[in-house]
Amino acid sequence: MSKQTITLNVNGSSVSTEAEPRELLIHVLREQLEITGPHIGCETSHCGACTVEIDGMSVKSCTLFAVQAQGKEITTIEGLGDPDKLHVLQEKFKEHHGLQCGYCTPGMITRAHRLLEENPNPTEEDVRFGIAGNLCRCTGYQNIVKAVLAAADELNQSETAA
Amino acid sequence: MITGNFEYHQPSSVPEALALLSDLGDEARVIAGGHSLIPTMKLRLAMPEHLIDLQGIKELKNIDVSNGEVRIGAMTTQAELIGSDELFQAAPIIRETALQIADPQVRYMGTIGGNVANGDPGNDMPAVMQCLDATFLLQGPDGERSVAAREFYEAAYFTARDELEILTEIRFSACEGGYSYGKQKRKIGDYATAAAAVLLTKGADGSCTAASIALTNLADTPLYCADASSHLQSNGVSEDSIASAVASAMEQIEPVDDNRGPAEFKKHAAAIILTSTIRQAWARA
Repeated sequence: MSKQTITLNVNGSSVSTEAEPRELLIHVLREQLEITGPHIGCETSHCGACTVEIDGMSVKSCTLFAVQAQGKEITTIEGLGDPDKLHVLQEKFKEHHGLQCGYCTPGMITRAHRLLEENPNPTEEDVRFGIAGNLCRCTGYQNIVKAVLAAADELNQSETAA
Repeated sequence: MITGNFEYHQPSSVPEALALLSDLGDEARVIAGGHSLIPTMKLRLAMPEHLIDLQGIKELKNIDVSNGEVRIGAMTTQAELIGSDELFQAAPIIRETALQIADPQVRYMGTIGGNVANGDPGNDMPAVMQCLDATFLLQGPDGERSVAAREFYEAAYFTARDELEILTEIRFSACEGGYSYGKQKRKIGDYATAAAAVLLTKGADGSCTAASIALTNLADTPLYCADASSHLQSNGVSEDSIASAVASAMEQIEPVDDNRGPAEFKKHAAAIILTSTIRQAWARA
């Protein structure tokens, strides 16, 4: 099948690339656009390591063809923070030891970001239910949940201060 | 995992989609949320040469409640079903069910139309649609027709939908009374080991004035349990009548051994889940 031009808005920049219709979004992001924050874990819609945000939805980018995302706004972990200025969620994951090997972390944080956008005051149960589509094989989730709750607290405090 | 090659089409209206489907014939598949089809394509169990993506058809994405009738466009996502307060007022069982489907990411993409049209016995909405006595609107080259959810499912992945038709809308009456969707599963994201949809209405004198029961993943189609439903309606809801209704429903099920357990275990789980689901629906009635 011939390649076609796909234009995406990734982390605020418009980018175009050529891809076959059968190329999954995760492959186009990683291999063509060199956005390697989203990871390939299971590649079967289970683990959530490839989670990105598309038009305000958390999406497993292994279960979407890139051509389906034509014209959409995509945010990956690279769009949330950078090494010089971490996002609050990244700070809290660091502070609460919410990661060990780090493989699930980009998907976990990207998902948690959307969760807090939709529910700024989650209970512990809301957090556990809200990140149920992301698997972590290291931490046992306890510190991830603590980190997300701490990030919610901090975001709410800075909101109140402002 | 790479799927087979295909050509991608994104029509912007139902007539355009139907024309594509007619032209391309059985080499084409319609894709809704894609969260059943894309995994199947990765395994090369499905190798369509053309994909007709319905995401650009705006009229297929809507929830309308008026005059006691609920209409849901096929491309409405599980997340949109959960988020609709209007729908929750009219049929709270839909939100309760949708929250038990897959995980958050999948619910942003997965659609009600895909869930009911695919014919996967593991999908949760088909039994709920049978419980609600919903009808499915099918549009095809010869116009449109309606099929009752209770008549739609023929076997696993075989339904009354013709290959050239698209399921565009779901309709049912707003419901009153108690509701519950109970699902036994191994973990979040899993299909049901056994699940039950129950609607019960209680009269002013405490009698059961309406009952509807359907089951998920306990046969190669969803199962509407007419005898169990009428048993509760005729005899009222008590621990004795629940036991008889469950026994009647259990005669209908035909679970098979798989990685969710042997058939005997599923029968055991099904009886427990149906009993607790009836109790909860009645407590809410």
